[in-house]
Amino acid sequence: MGILEVKGVNKRFGGLQALGDVNLSVQEQTVHAIIGPNGAGKSTLLNCLVGKLIPDSGSVMFDNQSVLGRKPHEINQMGISRVFQTPEIFTDLTVLENMMIPCFAKRDGAFRLHALESLGHEKGIREMAETMLEEVNMLDKRNAHAGSLSRGDKRRLEMAMCLVQEPRLLLLDEPTAGMARADTNNTIDLLKEIKEKRKITMAIIEHDMHVVFSLAERITVLAQGTPLVEDTPDNIKGHPKVKEAYLGEAAH
Amino acid sequence: MLGLGKKDFSLLMLVLVLTMLAPFILNPFPEGSGMAQFNAGYPDLMQRFVIFGIFAIGFNILFGLTGYLSFGHAAFLGVGSYAAIWMMKLVSLNVIPAMIMGVIFAGLFALVVGFISLRRSGIYFSILTLAFAQMSYALAYSVLTPITGGETGLQLKSTDNPILSNLAEGEIGRASLFGLDMRASIELEMGNWLFTLNMGYYVAAFVMLIAFYIAIRIFRSPFGVMLRAVKSNQNRMNYTGLNPRPYTLAAFVISGMYAGLAGGLMVAMDTQVGPERMFWTASGEVVLMTILGGVGTLIGPVLGAGLIKYMENIISKINSDILHTWFAFLPDGLEDLVVTLIYPFIGKGWHLTLGIVFMLVVIFLPGGLVEGGQRIARLFGKRRKSEDGSSAGKTTPAE
Ligand SMILES: Nc1ncnc2c1ncn2[C@@H]1O[C@H](COP(=O)(O)OP(=O)(O)OP(=O)(O)O)[C@@H](O)[C@H]1O
Ligand SMILES: [Mg+2]
Repeated sequence: MGILEVKGVNKRFGGLQALGDVNLSVQEQTVHAIIGPNGAGKSTLLNCLVGKLIPDSGSVMFDNQSVLGRKPHEINQMGISRVFQTPEIFTDLTVLENMMIPCFAKRDGAFRLHALESLGHEKGIREMAETMLEEVNMLDKRNAHAGSLSRGDKRRLEMAMCLVQEPRLLLLDEPTAGMARADTNNTIDLLKEIKEKRKITMAIIEHDMHVVFSLAERITVLAQGTPLVEDTPDNIKGHPKVKEAYLGEAAH
Repeated sequence: MLGLGKKDFSLLMLVLVLTMLAPFILNPFPEGSGMAQFNAGYPDLMQRFVIFGIFAIGFNILFGLTGYLSFGHAAFLGVGSYAAIWMMKLVSLNVIPAMIMGVIFAGLFALVVGFISLRRSGIYFSILTLAFAQMSYALAYSVLTPITGGETGLQLKSTDNPILSNLAEGEIGRASLFGLDMRASIELEMGNWLFTLNMGYYVAAFVMLIAFYIAIRIFRSPFGVMLRAVKSNQNRMNYTGLNPRPYTLAAFVISGMYAGLAGGLMVAMDTQVGPERMFWTASGEVVLMTILGGVGTLIGPVLGAGLIKYMENIISKINSDILHTWFAFLPDGLEDLVVTLIYPFIGKGWHLTLGIVFMLVVIFLPGGLVEGGQRIARLFGKRRKSEDGSSAGKTTPAE
């Protein structure tokens, strides 16, 4: 049994079958890549896992508990964090404040009325946030406005915000899209380190095959809303079905 | 100090000094001089400055931090007033229990209104709060007459006999603080100047200082960061395991309680209340105050409240006779022309002046008066810097 078990998930948008009978099993402490051409339904699948969308049918079990019908913040508190395709951060807040928010969420849960406590006295939270920023090499930018960061930095910040929660499952939607080569390599190194040191299970959507083959232990290929194959990277590389569905798309 | 950072503490001290010295600062012109009508240092107006300051500070906790624009906050002001006057009619003429009742009832009402209105955001939220406020106004005006006194409202009467007071038969109660009459004043004559130190004003000013202090604490708390997170990105909040709804509701209730406090204070200063206090124009006024002063800043709402109340009370008192005396030095024809040109902007036309000021601020100073202050500070900072040729004098403008 995997930590995440998706069974028979269907999702339609009007006449479009975005997901058709999707089965997926992600094993604990592995990196599982989901690849497929544009519009294959990869992001839609993630949306069904984090409570943003409710599948028309099927089941999604995380750690033997159903996530369906739960609100996004409840699913996050169960241990699933997500990095979005376009970075979702608190653009009006500073980098450090951005980092402190998930730290508070981890310590205090979904809501706490800490209206008369002082932010300056939250030493533990501050340390936790700064340590994480240090790890992603952003400590020098702690007082910058998150909205003024470069796209690569925004992604890195979002990833760090997810990591600091120490999730049991980290979902990444194209974490290197729009990054320069050097930034991409940094991200690969960071994710490798997470995988080895923190043993966080990851499901990663990625178009960049270099990233996929550097990280993934299992790969699921999705095309037109249905999984074509699921196998190890070595087997996927030469798979005729994959070439047929994917070639040309993955050329970059 | 007091759990505040250095900058915030200085700001609090500045407000403390200004409010305590307001009767002097606001009366710069000698009695009987032509400029005396610009003096704002009389009790009635100063009380309004601080009361509306409280109202706007509370409104800003909701609007400035979470971005939710309530268009019905006057309802909480009204509820606070009604609760306070009933407390005075039935229980005690002391203003403290009256204010506490105002805060409690406004808070409870805000809980109900917020719970329903916060199911929507953006313009729909604003409309829902407006609908609630107008319903409250209509109810107070008609159906609830036994509780609200309908159109005429409520005031302390000779028949009221609060249980915790020993009024003589037929005596009309007066609001007091442990026996100190709210209307008591000391008049100081210094040369041609006349300063009035009013008990009610100092009570109200003290309450505002506490309200301001609590607002600073909220702004600088983890809760304050969460409220700004609500404004910035609710999506990210949700996927970070935080529920934005209770945070927003808490902010709504807190700002409703501030409004209730302001309403209670109004009754403490002047023991009467009518339904017009809840009318939508009153809700709109606090929005103007906050935007004019600077949304999301600490001191902005207080400045905005002061400016609007000043204009309402001072500009509206200028009439055409006064204009004629001002411009008497001009040749007759020209005098008439100038007076005709200015006339629409004074007296009842003060709304026109307010509208123009508001438009100018929104267009040229989107950060309100506070941004104006910061720009001036920066200008002076630059000049000083270039004078001594060093970059050491970096100014950090106060909020
Ligand atoms: N909320 C929605 N409403 C309607 N259609 C949608 C919605 N979300 C996605 N779709 C459609 O579903 C299909 C799958 O979209 P999805 O975003 O999951 O693709 P993807 O695999 O993530 O593609 P990409 O690689 O471009 O990110 C697309 O045809 C898309 O237009
Ligand atoms: Mg996608």
